[in-house]
Amino acid sequence: MRRYQRRKTEINSSSMADIAFLLLIFFLVTTTIQSNRGLSATLPPYAEKPEFAKLHDRNLFKIHINSSDRIMIEDAPFEGFDRLHIDVKKFILNYGNEPDLSESPKDATISLQMNRGTHYKRFIEVMDAMQGVYYEIYGERVGISSSEFRNLDLKLADHKAKYDAGREGIPMNISIAEPNKIN
Amino acid sequence: MKSFKTKFSNREAAISTAALPDIIFMLLFFFMVTTVLRKSDDNLKYKIPTAEQLKQIDEKSLISQITIGTPKDTEKYGTEPRIEVDGKFIEVKDIVAFIMKEKDKLPMYQRDQIIVMLKADEDVPMGLMTDVTQELKKANARRIIYGASWKVEEKP
Repeated sequence: MRRYQRRKTEINSSSMADIAFLLLIFFLVTTTIQSNRGLSATLPPYAEKPEFAKLHDRNLFKIHINSSDRIMIEDAPFEGFDRLHIDVKKFILNYGNEPDLSESPKDATISLQMNRGTHYKRFIEVMDAMQGVYYEIYGERVGISSSEFRNLDLKLADHKAKYDAGREGIPMNISIAEPNKIN
Repeated sequence: MKSFKTKFSNREAAISTAALPDIIFMLLFFFMVTTVLRKSDDNLKYKIPTAEQLKQIDEKSLISQITIGTPKDTEKYGTEPRIEVDGKFIEVKDIVAFIMKEKDKLPMYQRDQIIVMLKADEDVPMGLMTDVTQELKKANARRIIYGASWKVEEKP
């Protein structure tokens, strides 16, 4: 008995690193880092027959996109996204000043009317531009940039307060109409 | 002076590698934890559009993904855009059932907060996209994300 106790038994662990490497490489190869980035949106509730909200024409900012991805804004030709950005911002923050723009930011609605053949890419471009206007407005109200506003962490109390203050009274009214077949 | 020389040259210079397995294991655990084992969504070819107003969604457990794109195996499945979830093709009418199944996986109090990630190819027609969103409305999964990647400024 004594003879065995004196001897130190040791497991050779030099191959441990090799085993770990093998596993590491396996997981490296199989990992797909998933991106959860995108444009967030909330859909309206389902209705069998969609009700047509009675909106005064001045509170609607109509954007049409046809099947060849051409854009028409308020029945006028499209003049680039920079111009659209300015126009939409003026429309939302009109507060009843101009007779043909919105009565209040609460009532202001951006209506996207598309064709079934419109490409998703074009829709995302327009949607992106519209959300950009809203985020810019929200950011300006609390004194931060639009990208800072988008990245507010709602779990933190001061961020949540900024988020709520920014959105107060200005809902993001972007309505996506059922696409029509002809056009 | 001589004594110095002998003192050092006799010693074997070796870097201890005892900590190497620990380092490797640390990396290994990182990748094991971050890996999401999901059935491959490899039957479709899709390139998501680019945008600027992206939002990162942190509630990973609430997200269910729907992929829309053209099949890779065009001889078998044709060239029309198809919808894929969990590695298999489904039809528009099956979306409600899929969402219900995904909701069942969530704890009771979170079922209404389900987020649907729509990863669609940029050339998919809006007709199909609205058919899908219409089904999502029926399934009462109204928080959606239009999957997009960061827009890189094009060089003039």
